[in-house]
Amino acid sequence: MATYLEFEKKIKEIQDNIIAAEVRRDEAAIEILQKQLEKEVAKTYKNLSPYQKLQLARHQDRPYALDYINMILEDKYELHGDRHFRDDPAIICYIGYINGEKTVVIGEQKGRGTKNKIRRNFGMPHPEGYRKALRVAKMAEKFNLPLLMLIDTPGAYPGLGAEERNQSEAIARNLLELAELDTPSVSIVIGEGGSGGALAIGVADKLAMMRYSVFSVISPEGCAAILWNDPAKVEAATNALKITSEDLKELGLIDDVIDEPLIGAHRDKEGAANALKNYYLEQLQELKGLSKEERMQKRYEKLTQVGAFKEASK
Amino acid sequence: MNFLNIFSKSQQSLKKQPTKDEAPSHWVKCPSCQSLMYYKEIENQNYVCPKCGFHLRINVNDRIKLLADEGSFVEYDADLEPVDPLHFVDKKSYKKRVEEGFKKTGRKSSVVSGECTMDGILTQLVVFDFSFMGGSLGSVEGEKIVRAVNRAIEKRCGLIIVSASGGARMQESTFSLMQMSKTSAALGKLAKEKLPYISVLSDPTMGGVSASFAMLGDVIIAEPGALIGFAGQRVIKQTIGSDLPEGFQRAEFLLEKGSIDMVVNRNELKKTLSDLMKLFLNN
Ligand SMILES: [Zn+2]
Repeated sequence: MATYLEFEKKIKEIQDNIIAAEVRRDEAAIEILQKQLEKEVAKTYKNLSPYQKLQLARHQDRPYALDYINMILEDKYELHGDRHFRDDPAIICYIGYINGEKTVVIGEQKGRGTKNKIRRNFGMPHPEGYRKALRVAKMAEKFNLPLLMLIDTPGAYPGLGAEERNQSEAIARNLLELAELDTPSVSIVIGEGGSGGALAIGVADKLAMMRYSVFSVISPEGCAAILWNDPAKVEAATNALKITSEDLKELGLIDDVIDEPLIGAHRDKEGAANALKNYYLEQLQELKGLSKEERMQKRYEKLTQVGAFKEASK
Repeated sequence: MNFLNIFSKSQQSLKKQPTKDEAPSHWVKCPSCQSLMYYKEIENQNYVCPKCGFHLRINVNDRIKLLADEGSFVEYDADLEPVDPLHFVDKKSYKKRVEEGFKKTGRKSSVVSGECTMDGILTQLVVFDFSFMGGSLGSVEGEKIVRAVNRAIEKRCGLIIVSASGGARMQESTFSLMQMSKTSAALGKLAKEKLPYISVLSDPTMGGVSASFAMLGDVIIAEPGALIGFAGQRVIKQTIGSDLPEGFQRAEFLLEKGSIDMVVNRNELKKTLSDLMKLFLNN
């Protein structure tokens, strides 16, 4: 069963009518309804508020990392484990081909259905997940394979074991090592980019976001509780934090917004997968056109120049 | 929990009503063993309780006095100031919070960065000030750290960062988040130059600070009792739905779990740091 958000009700109504018309084989009605649907989609999705976009970013019908991998990665093998503690199912690693290009893919994976959600820990990795990601990223570097990272997490897991095994260090180590990795890398926020737990696989030559994804230093819920002292102020916090792809592109904090179908990846998975694949392939061509030194220099400059401040003496 | 608040509150409440020609006496109560001490006494001990060894929070000037050779500290990048890229307003505006922090600390940043000698060894020293917006990491703080790394490379010396921070500064949102990767990338460059970086974790070192430069030291030293971790204790409690074990996320806990190299008494800190720098440099 597809889940519809409040602002999608009208769209659902038209889609239901289309299904009914299809059953009746009423071609004329279908044509009219399709046009209606197009109009309604344009009207609804072009005026979404940041809070509505947040709901889309978290939508359970949105493709998760594994959905994208299944749609775009061919002849693939999954790689498991950090070699020290255990295999963290909240992070998945694959090797295979994207349109003939050998690629290593690392993704944060949420689950669907209660059992799977628990198995994937709601997409919240433990330190061993980040260490698995780093191990596989280093393997990509060793064999000169490009790296695609798919970000989708509410955040790194806040728990006893995670702290005992040094969640902080696992994230910090990835930030340092991914900055130095000498293979081409593209990181894409596909849904939720939750703070340090997202950034831990977000350091790359190119950082992009799907149209309806978000990237934030803290969840709007957490921010509302801390700064407003009022959990109900989630919408205000969402607006203030500027977490949407368009906002972050405008602020110069990400490289690109990927042209996800207007109706949203949750309604058009194939369309979203194609947009993501095409973006990756384009970027890969561009990155391969640079020498290793040029590429590394550009990445280092991008990473170390980010920030907004003024200098009185200048 | 801010011990500096406790400190100033107890100071206030314990003041005798001073008469015109009587100077107010200042008494400090140890938050751990509750002993009362004359403020000069605990100041001389670098805010380590002489009775129980509890480490009270120490301000940034006292910290620099503690570590730098007398008269050797030269501050850099003091004129970096935050802007408000998102025009962030919660219950107060970010601008207002910066102004309040400025009134309180005389600075517009939670970081003081400079160069000094420590027992004669040239060192880049970066110190966090928890009393400015909870020591939070924003664009100015990230930039100061990167510049300190660059100076260390230029002058072929080591770097010490003393952290005291609640984490990333929410009012700068993703700008502050990206200071984590910014500082970590710069430390990678320092490591390639084979120059030492020692990370000192004081109370508290949390969130985005813990999960970036603070955990990347060649040697990581914590002060006794310091709270150190990625997630806040309240969040963890809510997530797991039970109380936290005794001593969880404290310096001694991290030492036992293998997350840090040593827990060092503040009165031994300078010697430990300069000894290590001596061992790492000029080999
Ligand atoms: Zn005491």
